[in-house]
Amino acid sequence: MNPFNKNVDELNQMASQVRRDILRMVHAVNSGHPGGSLGCTEFLVSLYFKVMDHNPNFNMDGTGEDLFFLSNGHISPVWYSVLARSSYFDVKELATFRKLNSRLQGHPATHEHLPGIRIASGSLGQGLSAATGAAQAKKLNGDDKLVYVLMGDGELEEGQVWEAAMYAHHHKVDNLIATVDVNGQQIDGPTDAVMSLGNLRAKWEAFGWKVLETQGNNFNELLPTLEEAKSLTGQGQPIMILMNTEMGYGIDFMMGSHKWHGIAPNDAQLQQALLQAAETAGDY
Amino acid sequence: MKDFPYTESKDTRSGFGAGLLELGRTNPNVVGLCADLTGSLKMDAFQKEFPERFFQVGIAEANMIGLAAGMTIGGKIPFTGTFANFSTGRVYDQIRQSVAYSGKNVKICASHAGLTLGEDGATHQILEDVGMMKMLPHMTVINPCDFNQTKAATIAIAEYEGPVYLRFGRPVVPNFTPANQKFEIGKAVVLNEGKDVSIFATGHLVWKAILAGKLLAEQGIDAEIINIHTIKPLDEEAILASVSKTRCVVSAEEHQLNGGLGDSIAQLLARKMPLPLEMVGVNDSFGESGTPDQLMEKYGLNENAIVEAVKTVMARKQ
Repeated sequence: MNPFNKNVDELNQMASQVRRDILRMVHAVNSGHPGGSLGCTEFLVSLYFKVMDHNPNFNMDGTGEDLFFLSNGHISPVWYSVLARSSYFDVKELATFRKLNSRLQGHPATHEHLPGIRIASGSLGQGLSAATGAAQAKKLNGDDKLVYVLMGDGELEEGQVWEAAMYAHHHKVDNLIATVDVNGQQIDGPTDAVMSLGNLRAKWEAFGWKVLETQGNNFNELLPTLEEAKSLTGQGQPIMILMNTEMGYGIDFMMGSHKWHGIAPNDAQLQQALLQAAETAGDY
Repeated sequence: MKDFPYTESKDTRSGFGAGLLELGRTNPNVVGLCADLTGSLKMDAFQKEFPERFFQVGIAEANMIGLAAGMTIGGKIPFTGTFANFSTGRVYDQIRQSVAYSGKNVKICASHAGLTLGEDGATHQILEDVGMMKMLPHMTVINPCDFNQTKAATIAIAEYEGPVYLRFGRPVVPNFTPANQKFEIGKAVVLNEGKDVSIFATGHLVWKAILAGKLLAEQGIDAEIINIHTIKPLDEEAILASVSKTRCVVSAEEHQLNGGLGDSIAQLLARKMPLPLEMVGVNDSFGESGTPDQLMEKYGLNENAIVEAVKTVMARKQ
């Protein structure tokens, strides 16, 4: 059971506040990755406020609860905001993002013992392996909870992802729900221009995964897909959700371009952006 | 010079296999992962007895390291097995981010380290692994000298919480350390007390140091021989205690001079007790195909090389 179990209206309100947090965090240090963070806001809000059976009183082993791994660690702002808003740590700590002596490192780390983080990520392509290992540890422990992992689409260019994809199928890791944020953008431009990803559904199906597709910026499409994914676990196959999103979603001048992958808004841009995301749960 | 009797020669990798099997029987959290080298790593006995705790990864070492890091979440103690080359250089970033920086309790177990892998040649003969691993914060680096010590080290690292690099090899070497020794991580072992020179050796070079000690004794040189099975954390106290007596040092290892045991000892001496040091190891070179003995001779990693280094360093003594 999710400890918050919010309805769609409440989830939309939370998403608005999380978008404000993301924008204010990256603006404050003039660095960070707002584009992918904004695009994955609905997804992370769904997991932590509706879908996952998790315990904000953090325990590293996470026995008896669902686990989440963020492989594309550069979208740390959205994860930090969602963790703070779901009571893993005080929202005031979001003000320390990327600053000296902070637990909120530029990319997620366990090193500073931030509640909610179980492994460092940032160097891409490693999260699916770690999530698969954690899922197998759950099986060894007789723990029937699930493991979720999010990757970026550009990240699929890393070979290790496909090593893990082959392994999870071979070993029937069926308590694992992976999601790819298909926003079609990476640092140097559209994925089609940088490195064509081809037919992702066919690729993952060829690797033996059960594949679902969804629209990641709409709770009414995303939530049923996540529920369907849960219903498909335990059937001998790992689950893949190809989640179409728009980078920068929710802020008109940041949408649909790779330009906001890794740069922060200036003062005027921040004010313009905040007008598009209402304060619903109180700014930190 | 003390005598070091032994009844048989065995490979250190078999010591790892024996230790892992014993761990399987005593510690239900120990799991094994292997990248298509189960027989070479001597993990087959563990695989046979504990199939539900053994994970065949295929030829995918990067995934293996990530899987192992993930399995620690939930309390497992993963032992990964492949050749030293594929255990380190091939997966350095995975170890760095998912294991060392994340503080995961993964035991990276590496066979066929160094020149004594033999005929396969330089592609497989890694001589930089200790350097790479010891540079990583929080990483413990262990290179035991024989079968019994490798078995004891394998068992000991399961009790220690944190990432470990355990290095061992392919050739058979005299199995001279006690069968039921207690392995203490970070604790040097004084094999022979002496007054003229301190020889600090690790791994396969420990036996070569003993052979060198006998040759030196015949020439009236009284060598102190110390087994540094743990390169990090280095037993600084034991090293300085020995050197303060002998006033000169030789290091010996099956590794590049850059980044190895001698490099760590050089740093220690420079900081705490500047005294002459000669280093026996591979000098900025790759290996090649050949028998282990031929290679150790050609690259200067045998008892004769140690004797020469002792003479050189004693001549530099004030």
